[in-house]
Formats: sequence, C-alpha cells, structure tokens
Amino acid sequence: MKVKAYITLKEGVLDPQGKAVEHALLSLGFQGVSGVRVGKYITFDIQVRSEAQARDQVEKMCQKLLANTTIESYQFEIIQS
Amino acid sequence: MKFGVVIFPGSNCDRDCVHVAQTVSGNKVESLWHKETSLPRLDCLIIPGGFSYGDYLRPGAIAHFSPIMPEVKAFAERGGLVLGICNGFQILVETGLLPGALMRNVSLKFICDRVTLEIENNKLPFTCRYPAHSLVSMPIAHMEGNYFADSETLKRIEDNNQVVFRYHGDNPNGSLHSIAGVCNEKGNVLGMMPHPERVAETLLGGQDGRLLFESII
Repeated sequence: MKVKAYITLKEGVLDPQGKAVEHALLSLGFQGVSGVRVGKYITFDIQVRSEAQARDQVEKMCQKLLANTTIESYQFEIIQS
Repeated sequence: MKFGVVIFPGSNCDRDCVHVAQTVSGNKVESLWHKETSLPRLDCLIIPGGFSYGDYLRPGAIAHFSPIMPEVKAFAERGGLVLGICNGFQILVETGLLPGALMRNVSLKFICDRVTLEIENNKLPFTCRYPAHSLVSMPIAHMEGNYFADSETLKRIEDNNQVVFRYHGDNPNGSLHSIAGVCNEKGNVLGMMPHPERVAETLLGGQDGRLLFESII
C-alpha cells in the first residue's frame, strides 16, 4: 500500500512561509488568492495485512514523529497498490 | 559537580560547552555519544546546539528518538539539571520535556546576531547568580527560534514563572511574548535559544553567559 501524508501548520498558527508565498502570488497578478499554507508531503510504501492496520500505523507515525501536534495538523491517504 | 554533554550527529557546539563547563566548574566533563544507553553519575546534562540529523523533518525531531534520550528523560524526571541550548532547546521541546514548539523565524531568515535578554526568573539553579531582571547580552544563531505555545500553555508558563529569558527591545524571531528561554514546571530543565557558552570568556567577547554556568555549580 502507498501512503501519502500531508502535514501543515494548524489553523491559527502563523505560517510566515505561506504568507510570503501568498504575497508573491498576488504580486504576480493571481487575484483572489488567500489562506496559503505551506506544508510537507511525505510518501512511502507500507506492507501490512489490511488498510485498517495501515491507518492505525500511519496515525501513530504522524502522532509520534511526522507531525509536531503542538503546531501541526496532518492528514493522510492510503492507496491500494 | 559533574557535567555531561550529549553529542548527536550534527551537533556543533558540544566542544564549546565542554570547554566552558570545564573551565567554570574545574571538573571533568564527559562527552556522551547519542548511542549511549546509560548515563554516568552526573549533576547536569547539556544538550548543545548544532544541527542534529541535519534538522531533517523538524529541528530536534529525529534526535528525540536517539538511544540516549530515554536516559535523558529519566534523568530529568529524577530532578537532574538539563540545559538545552539552541538545537538542544529544539530537542527538548520535541521530547516534551519543555512546553511549546520552535517554529521558523518570522523573517524566514537564519539570524546570527547579538541580542539583549532580560532575566525573568533568577530563582532557578541555572540563573540564581544573575540579579533579578538584569539585562545580559548573548549571541543567537538560528533559523527556528520562533517560540510558540497555545494560549492556555502560554498563560500557564507565564503564571508559573517558567519564562526564564525574554528578548529585550527587538524581538528577533517572532517568538510569542518575546520568549527566549523556558523551563519546565519543576525548574530543573531549561531550554534557551541564545548561546551562553559563546560569551563565557572576555577574550571571546563577553562574560554574560558565564554566570549561567556559575549558577549551576
């Protein structure tokens, strides 16, 4: 199975990188852009018996290492390969 | 008084810490490789600055799972003194020994500068030789020193006097409440972004950091 995990700063936590990108987009003339958040995208393969087991494992990985839950939130997808 | 200095792959302030701790305490200081799974008898552990594991993922995130870290946590829980400087501070927040998190500087730039700090809490084993609310000058050198904690945590650490150092005047990195250093509830674990070990000798530009090491001994 293939895992795609997305980690971004939580709502309410100032994202200076997102703000800089937002300003750059607006100054390039892309109108109507707001709320830019820059985050991390992590992919990997996992060999487990079921999707439920993969979900359980990836949840633990995000909690323990991939995200710092003080400032970051995460979401992930699991794709059967 | 015996110090230990933990070395991770990518630490680069460990020798400075060993030198200063040795000079100040006059005792042997042990360097401890991160693969160690037991600690010698120590009074104070220093987690030095640098770029442990290349700051991959997040500063301190991978160092948090080094073999020595369970020992560091146990040592802190027994009441041993733990001082995290710069990357050491980032490691201590990642481990949960200290509250909050350290985010990218608001300027998005690496800052190498000298700052003025106010000693907010001089009742700690790390700061007892500093006069109350005195101003000191120390260097900073970091990319992720922007202290963040949720409003509840921020209130709690302010109420408990856990804010130990605050930037005086300009806030260099966007830290909430201009926080430059915090301690845990018991006051035996301190994390700070400024580098006291770099201002412990007049020859190297100042002695304001020396008092911190003198406070410990």
